[in-house]
Amino acid sequence: MSWSTMADWTAAILLLAGALLTLAAGVGVLRFPDLLSRMHAGTKPQVLGLVLVLSAEALRARSLPVLGMLLVVVIFQFLTVPVAAHMVGRAGYRTDQIRRDLLVADELGRDEVEAEAAALRREAGEHKGDDQS
Amino acid sequence: MTVIYLVCAGLLLVAGVLAVIRAERGPSMLNRAVGLDVFATVVVGGIALEAAWSRRLDTLPILVALSMVGFISSTVIARFASVEPESERRIRTLEEVAREDALRRAEEEAADEEERHAVARRVAAEREAAERDAADREAARSEAAEREEER
Repeated sequence: MSWSTMADWTAAILLLAGALLTLAAGVGVLRFPDLLSRMHAGTKPQVLGLVLVLSAEALRARSLPVLGMLLVVVIFQFLTVPVAAHMVGRAGYRTDQIRRDLLVADELGRDEVEAEAAALRREAGEHKGDDQS
Repeated sequence: MTVIYLVCAGLLLVAGVLAVIRAERGPSMLNRAVGLDVFATVVVGGIALEAAWSRRLDTLPILVALSMVGFISSTVIARFASVEPESERRIRTLEEVAREDALRRAEEEAADEEERHAVARRVAAEREAAERDAADREAARSEAAEREEER
């Protein structure tokens, strides 16, 4: 078995793994109950699936310029996917489109409550200062 | 080997269909954005799969461009996401659209009718005022004529 055949088979297996991951994302996006769990399913192929498929592509092409181009794709995907996911998750939380009964931990909500309480205390303290002067 | 590529293409196709179904069902803009994100990933995977199969390199710039701008759509949707009423989160059925249309048309017709009545009332009032003016002028003229005669 020559090196090129082995590379081709490895590429095929990687492609299969990437396609399976994408299918899992499709099923998850359709079946999961709320926005955050759907995002959780949907972001798997956006990073790992893309890396698998592009490594397969690199194994098939076997040239340095192509590898550089694919690296650019992966780097940009790594930079942009978290931005989109962060924005969507934040907007979902703010506009109350998530199911809070499914959350295991809600640190943002706890922080918001604490911040509100701190603001109230500060306001009360300022009023006391006004009275004394 | 070809079989594996065909299986991969089939898996990607099914994933794309599922993502589009989620984008159609919603039930809110953000859910649709997530579904369309997954669909974009399926498109990227499909292009890479085809490039790996035929060993072509001219489609790689498409991947670069998609990975650079793919996040803009969902970012923009998330930026302008607002609290939507429950009824606006899904696409209406044809019957609902027809019912809403009928309701709106009835309202518009009622408003039109109201306006026509108002115009008619105004015209009647104006005519009455004009008649009263004419009668006044007539009375003044006859009074003046009587005074002339007395003199």
